[in-house]
This record gives sequence, C-alpha cells and structure tokens, in this order.
Amino acid sequence: MKKIYYIFYKDFSSELRMRFAINALIMFVIVAVSTILFSLGSENAPQNVYAGMFWVVVFFSAMSGLSRTFVSEEERGTSLILSLIANPISIFLGKFLFNLVLIFFINSIITMLYMFLFQEFLIKNWMSFLLAFLLGNFGIAASSTIIAAIISKANVKGTLYPVLAFPVLLPLILMLIEITKSAMEGNPINDVEAEFLVLVSYDVIMITASILVFDIIWRD
Amino acid sequence: MKNFWKYFLFLLVILVLLGGLIPPIVENPKSFFEFPLIRGLEDKARIIFFHVPTAWLTVLAYLIAMYYGIRYLKNKNIYDDMKSVSAAALGFLFCILATLTGSVWAKFTWGSFWHWDPRETSIFILLLIYGAYFALRSALEVEEKRARLSAIYSIIAFLTTPFFIFIMPRLMIGLHPGSLEIDPVTGQVKASANPVIKFEMAANMRVVFFISLIAFTILFFWLWNLSHRILKLEYENQKEI
Repeated sequence: MKKIYYIFYKDFSSELRMRFAINALIMFVIVAVSTILFSLGSENAPQNVYAGMFWVVVFFSAMSGLSRTFVSEEERGTSLILSLIANPISIFLGKFLFNLVLIFFINSIITMLYMFLFQEFLIKNWMSFLLAFLLGNFGIAASSTIIAAIISKANVKGTLYPVLAFPVLLPLILMLIEITKSAMEGNPINDVEAEFLVLVSYDVIMITASILVFDIIWRD
Repeated sequence: MKNFWKYFLFLLVILVLLGGLIPPIVENPKSFFEFPLIRGLEDKARIIFFHVPTAWLTVLAYLIAMYYGIRYLKNKNIYDDMKSVSAAALGFLFCILATLTGSVWAKFTWGSFWHWDPRETSIFILLLIYGAYFALRSALEVEEKRARLSAIYSIIAFLTTPFFIFIMPRLMIGLHPGSLEIDPVTGQVKASANPVIKFEMAANMRVVFFISLIAFTILFFWLWNLSHRILKLEYENQKEI
C-alpha cells in the first residue's frame, strides 16, 4: 500500500517539477477545442453532436498524455531500478493512480471549457453526468495504463498508442456518449441504468485483467 | 486415407455450392428441394450460407489466436506463437471477407453499404483489433518480446468483445436479427421478431447452413495447419543459416 503511494508520489512530484505532461496536455486541449470552434463557426450543431465531440476530445487528450508514465521510465532507463524496489502490482497501481489524477484534472478542464465556450453544451441532469464522468475516467485510466505498459516496450510508441487503445476503449466511449446525451436532455438516471451497468462492469473487468497481466509485461 | 479430409472437404464444398445456390425459393415449398420465401429477402436470403460462416471463423480464429497466445505465455514455446499469429492472419482475412460480403449485401437489401448497426460496429471493431494486433507485432523486433506482448494485447482486446457481441445489440436499435428494432405500427422499440435468430430456419436450409459451417471450419483448419507449418519451416531454415 505504501509503495503504491510512493510510486504515485514520485511521478506526481517529478511532474510538478517538470510540468511536461500538464503543459502539453492543456495546450492540446485548447488546440482541439478551438479546432472544433473554428469548424463550427457561428452555426449551431444539434445537441448530441456536442456530447460526442466532448468525449472525442477526452479520448485524444488521454491518448496524447497518459502513455508518458511508462514511456518515460523506458526512455530514462529507470524501469529496471523501479522493478527492483517494488513489486509489479504496486507499480501498476501507482501508475494507475497517477493517470487517474491526471485524467481527472484534464477532463475537468475540458468540461469547464465546453460549458464556457459552447452554449448548447448544457447538462440538465448533473447527477448522471458526474457519475458517468467518474466511472468513465476510471475506465479510461485503467485501459490506457495497461496499453501504455505494452506500448513502452515497442519501437514506435506515439502512433501505436491510439491504434491499440481505440478498440479497447470504444465500448466505454460509446456508453459515455449515450449517457451524456441523455443527461443533456435532462432524462432521469433510470433511463440509462443499463449503460451504467456496462460502465461498472467494464471498469471492474479492465482493472482486474490489467493487474493480472501486468506482471508478465513488466518482467523482461 | 491420408487425404481423407481433403476429399471430404471437397465433397462438402460441392454440396454447399449446389445446395446453397440451386434450390429455387418459392412461396409454399412442397418438395425438400425448395426453400421457403421470406418477404423482402427473396433470393438474397442465400447469403446466410456464406456470410455467417465467415463471421463465425473470424471469431473462432481470434479465440484460437488467443488460446495459443496464452499457451505461449505459459510455456514460452515459440511454435505456439507461430500458431497464434497464423490463426490471427487467417482471422483477419475472414474478417475482411465477412465485412465485404455483408456490406455488398446490405447495399442491395438495406439500401446502403454501411449503417452502423451494432453487428456492423462489432465486426468493424474486430477489424480494428486485428489491425492493431499486426501493427503491434511489426513494431516489436525481438521475437520473444513480440510473442509475449501480442499475446497480452490479444487477451486485453478480447475482454471488450462480450460488450459488442452480447450487450450492445440488445441496447441499441439495429438491423441484424436479434437486435432491437422499431415497431412499424406503434413506433415503439421492441425485441426483434425476425425469424432467423429464433432459428425458425426451414429444415432444408438448416441442413445446408450447418454443412456450410462445417465445410468452412475444416477449410480454416487446413489453411491454418499449412500456414503455421510454413512459418515453422521458415524459422528452422533461418536458424540453420
């Protein structure tokens, strides 16, 4: 338990010192959102388009930022030392925790930007949106951490990451879009009960499977 | 008896071709050699003999690839990885075939090549997974690492398939048998009343369908056997040099 915290703390403090991921990610989000703004111009798109585009931006910012945790270890050549001082499970959970915090931070920024910039992005049922936001971030962090671990051993890391992660994340993203649409229409939470069950089961499956297979990835 | 399977397969394929293409489709079938008419499908109903087996092989090949991937992780035998990758390559081929046959059929039955119906989405995802699997393999140079990581990726990607195969078709409106559809009279969403999924296929069609399924499966295992033996020979040849 303590080791999980230490690994999280190590990543967190080196991130605070360098601000590599955070700065790049914030810029990425601004660029992505402004591209959408330019392409829409002064036209008003239908409401459900905004729900879709919100999660598109979330997906791509996760893809550009979350692979750093493992890739940087490989680049700096510190992964061997890391595997000496901690067991694989705590390494995975520490990295997962860091990614979780990072994606919560980034996604809150995206949500605020969306509410500020698009008048049509009006959430009427905050309860179901926030619940989906929580579960969705958890699932995105779980899948992208394990894919990042796979990718860090490969040669072309940047381009491969979204390619590998997209099919794995798609069930989650589709459900999140459905829930966001219904939250924007102000439907009660019971309407999307099935989608929430899918989200919960996805999160549980992904985190369990990741913990099980991470051991094999990590040991060279 | 050495070539028994080949002759058997030849016989089955001939049977499927004749049985699938020749019997006329009539409104009230009287003899065993006439297929019943399904309104709106007519002759296009014959796709079931060729499209469904390719889709089935796509999934079967993926399961075999994953099974041998797991076996590789257990005993680190490089030949298991060869079996896994050749199954995946064939699965990719059958996946493309299933997508193409389905898409062409959809153009003439449902009006356009692609609809994002849940089953179409899931075959598309399977195509992406296969593509990502091979992209990952080509990005890893060390043999042992390539085998290990691609096996792990196949496991992780497999975990999402239950969502596409079992859950999404029941949550979303679709065109394939078994998914939700909109009732034309009341406008309400209801479970599908399509006759195919409840397996109310006519007895003679069912016979042809299962022969086709068996024939395609034998064909797949033959191709798979050949391709992983080729990989093995190439590997041993390289080692000798």
